[in-house]
Amino acid sequence: MTTAWAPILAASLGCYGLKLAGVSLPASLLKHPRVQRTAGLLPVAMLTALVVTDLFDTNRHYSADWHTLAGVGVGAVALRLGGSLVVVFALAIASTAALRFAA
Amino acid sequence: MTSSPLAGAATSAIESLPERTAITRAAAGIGLYAGAFGVTFGAVSAASGLTTTQAVVLSIVMYTGASQFALVGVFAAGGSPLAGLSAALLLGLRNAFYGVRVTQILRPSGVRRLLAAHFVIDESTAMAIAQPTRDAAGYAFWATGITLYILWTLGTLAGVLIGSGINTSALGLDTAAPAIFLALLWRQLSDGRACAVALGAAALALGLIPLVPAGVPIVAAAAVAVIAGQLPTARRHGTPDQ
Repeated sequence: MTTAWAPILAASLGCYGLKLAGVSLPASLLKHPRVQRTAGLLPVAMLTALVVTDLFDTNRHYSADWHTLAGVGVGAVALRLGGSLVVVFALAIASTAALRFAA
Repeated sequence: MTSSPLAGAATSAIESLPERTAITRAAAGIGLYAGAFGVTFGAVSAASGLTTTQAVVLSIVMYTGASQFALVGVFAAGGSPLAGLSAALLLGLRNAFYGVRVTQILRPSGVRRLLAAHFVIDESTAMAIAQPTRDAAGYAFWATGITLYILWTLGTLAGVLIGSGINTSALGLDTAAPAIFLALLWRQLSDGRACAVALGAAALALGLIPLVPAGVPIVAAAAVAVIAGQLPTARRHGTPDQ
C-alpha cells in the first residue's frame, strides 16, 4: 500500500506537531474558557463516534455483530463496577471470543 | 531502600519518592494492556493492508492509539486518505491540551520539551495529573509514557507479524478497540454536558453512516463538541453546583 504512506506520514507528523504545540504554546492562548471547554468535549464526541462506527458501520451500511456488541457490553459492566483498562480489555475480548467459540 | 540524602539530587529525589513503587506498578500494569492493545493494532493494520513498516512507523512516530485506529479504520473501510488524516488529527488534538497540563506540572525545556511532547498521551497525562507532588508527577509521566511507548511498539510489531497467522476475530480482538474507546470515554463523562455531547455525537455519527464516506462521521462528531463548548457554564435551578 504505497498510497497509504502520504496520509500515514502526514497524520503522524501532524499528531506530533499537535503534542508539541501543546507543550510549547503560551498557556494563556489555550486557557480561554471556551477553548478549554471545547478541548475537554472533543475527545468525548470523537470517542463516542469511534465506538458507534466500530460497532455499527460496515462500508456505509448498518450492521452489527452481536458477539462484538456483547463483548463491549461486558466491558461496560466491568467499567460500571470500577474495572481498570486492563480488566475491561481482557473481559471484552474474552467474552467475544467465548461467544464465537460457543456459537 | 535507604539512600543517602547527600546522593545525587535528582536520583535521590526519585528514590525517596514515597509513591515510586505504586507508580512503577501502575505504569507496568498499563504497559501490559498497551502491549496487548498494540498486538491488536498490529493485527488490524495487517488486515487493513498496511505493511509491517507502515504499522510500526505509525506506532513509533504517531504514538497515540485512538488516532492510529481511526486512520487504519478509514483505510480498511475504503475511505479517502483525507478523511483518515482529518479523523487522526482531530482525535490527536486532545493531546495538545494534555500538553498544556503536563507543561504546567513538569516545566520541561530544550530537548526535554521535544521529548516530553512525544510522550503526551491519555495514560501518561492521567498518571501525572493524579500525583500529589511535582516530583511524583514527573516520575509518573516519564515512567508511564516510556513504558507504554516500548510495549505499544513491540506489540504492534508482534501483531503485524502474527496478524496473518492468527484468526483475530476468533480471539475477539475486533472487540478490543471499541471496548478501550468506551473505557477512555467513560472517565470523561464527568458532567451533564459531557453526557449530552456523547449522546449528540452518537446520534449524529449513527445518522451519517449511510450518507457519507468512512471516517467522516467521526470528523463530523467534532462539531457537537465545538458547539457545546461555546455555551457558557450555566447554573441550573434544582441541580447542585458541579
